Amino acid sequence: MKLTATFRIALRALKRNKMRSILTMLGIIIGVAAVIAMVGVGNGAKSQVEAQIATLGKNMILIFSGSMTSGGAKGGWGAAGTMKVEDAVSIVREVPGVTMVSPEIRSGAQVAAGNQNWFTSILGEGPDYFDMRQWEFSSGSSFTEQDTRSANKVAVIGKTTATQIFGEEDPVGQIIRVRNVPFKITGVLKSKGLSLMGSDQDDVLVVPYTTAMKRLTGATSLRGINVQAASDDIMNRVQDQIGALLRQRHNIRPGHDDDFTVRGQQDIAEMATAQSKTMTILLGAIASVSLIVGGIGIMNIMLVSVTERTREIGIRMAVGAHGWDILLQFLIEAVTLSSLGGLIGIAIGFGTAQSISHFVGWPIMVPPMYVIGSFFFSAAVGVFFGLYPAKKAAALDPIDALRYE
Amino acid sequence: MQPVISLENIWKIYQTGDVEVTAVRDVSLSVQPGEFIAIMGASGSGKSTMMNTLGCLDRPTRGRYLLDGVDASALGRDELADIRNQKIGFIFQGFNLLSRTSALENVELPMMYGGHRLPAKEMRERAMRALELVGLAKRFDHTPNRLSGGQQQRVAIARALVNQPALLLADEPTGNLDSRTSIEIMDAFQSLNEKGITIAMVTHEPDIARYTKRNIVMRDGVIVSDIIVPDRFNAKEEMRKLDEEHQAAKLVK
Repeated sequence: MKLTATFRIALRALKRNKMRSILTMLGIIIGVAAVIAMVGVGNGAKSQVEAQIATLGKNMILIFSGSMTSGGAKGGWGAAGTMKVEDAVSIVREVPGVTMVSPEIRSGAQVAAGNQNWFTSILGEGPDYFDMRQWEFSSGSSFTEQDTRSANKVAVIGKTTATQIFGEEDPVGQIIRVRNVPFKITGVLKSKGLSLMGSDQDDVLVVPYTTAMKRLTGATSLRGINVQAASDDIMNRVQDQIGALLRQRHNIRPGHDDDFTVRGQQDIAEMATAQSKTMTILLGAIASVSLIVGGIGIMNIMLVSVTERTREIGIRMAVGAHGWDILLQFLIEAVTLSSLGGLIGIAIGFGTAQSISHFVGWPIMVPPMYVIGSFFFSAAVGVFFGLYPAKKAAALDPIDALRYE
Repeated sequence: MQPVISLENIWKIYQTGDVEVTAVRDVSLSVQPGEFIAIMGASGSGKSTMMNTLGCLDRPTRGRYLLDGVDASALGRDELADIRNQKIGFIFQGFNLLSRTSALENVELPMMYGGHRLPAKEMRERAMRALELVGLAKRFDHTPNRLSGGQQQRVAIARALVNQPALLLADEPTGNLDSRTSIEIMDAFQSLNEKGITIAMVTHEPDIARYTKRNIVMRDGVIVSDIIVPDRFNAKEEMRKLDEEHQAAKLVK
């Protein structure tokens, strides 16, 4: 029998029991839809995170003061205040492969100019900070090495803060007051968008770290140190050497916890994607259970179908159908059922991912491989679970089948 | 001439549990091309077994069966299926048409199977010709549930004829039909037989058997009588008589 004719017969048989066919497909539909939605949202999230990681800069290593896991109470990064400016100096001097460092102070303050004021975060950094983070200026330029050494009252303003305080005006050369200390603005930063944590990276005022320590916070320790490595492949070594150097400098004996945390850019990316990985595993589990249950549903319905159509099988055998023809007919019916379910599932999966992306605010991305893969997998489910009923049909005795009421 | 059916000492023994049941014992029979035979007998006489054997649905336990010169007694499942496809046209008591499938597609069914592959257009043409032969060409697109019993049986006859088989095998073809439609069907058989088609029919109705040329009666698995029908019914004649009676009955009223 021709394959196209067999396919037509299968489609007709499925159309005859529309409701039953759809209910049977449901398991496959849910399974495939879950896979597509999961992959779409997961990949979208991953690319989103990667884009955010990229805003950090290139080959960045972040050192935070204080261990994240010290004792029962966790003070948060930077709370312990164990990092000193001298640590930053020794890192750039003693660890090969470190190109730039920038000690970091972080604080929040009300800033004002003219009759406008705004609460923003104050960053104390070194002059190399903007190069390290590949943060460009829309006008003006960075403060200088000299400014840092002399703890001059100069500042670089982020885009959001600039808009809030100065509106359309160019802030370069203007005075901005931070806790009533006047700062001269040397440059305006280009927009970087949201950070990994979801905060606005442009809502910032960057001043030399020395100025921040002396004139704003009075702090003697750093929140952390930003380090840039020369290349991607030495990241791990540089991280290890920084760790060893800091342990030595802080006199931490073997067996005791670090009083700092060193994180490479990649570690941060992994932390950020860990959550979406959990979701992926969960949805993957739902998908595989659903596909198995769907397959069993198909097997069940095909067995019913074989019994219902025993007489038809008898007629077909009487006029010359081989066992193989009958087997193929029912197998194709099962595969049609499952792959149709797969197609519907792909469509619904895309729809679901689309609406999820609407809520979470990142684009969905489904690699074509997954679409093709889930289609063929659903077809394979049809073959696997359709084989037993089809074999049963093919093994019928024509005389018994013809006599079946 | 080579016989269409040649049974040589056929035995059929069924094994049901520990009991052996001999359905057909040592039957020999020869049917020439152009014959029209009726196999008769009460239930349990072995005529159904004979039907299954002649139809290559079942193999004899012992003996040799030559159908149109081919030894069908030692073939496998698939080979028997091919023989059924090529050499036999089946007509059943319950019509056995595929429901929700048009008359034309029902007639095309035997051409879907078997070794030869015809183009769709030729399949359609041949099916239409077969439907014309039984006078149903106009209703080619009707599904069985929209056809009367007699029409359904004629679709089944068209299906049986479509592969130009050596033998038409009818199993109680009028069993589900009223007397008038039964005569119609016998008329169809008689005109096909006049065109040279060999027909073997199983029936338990002596009236129906009288339309055939040769009657074979079975009892307890053996042939007890094999006679040429002396005063054969002519279906057209009988139909006319039936119409006259009908008319007379109306006049009386």
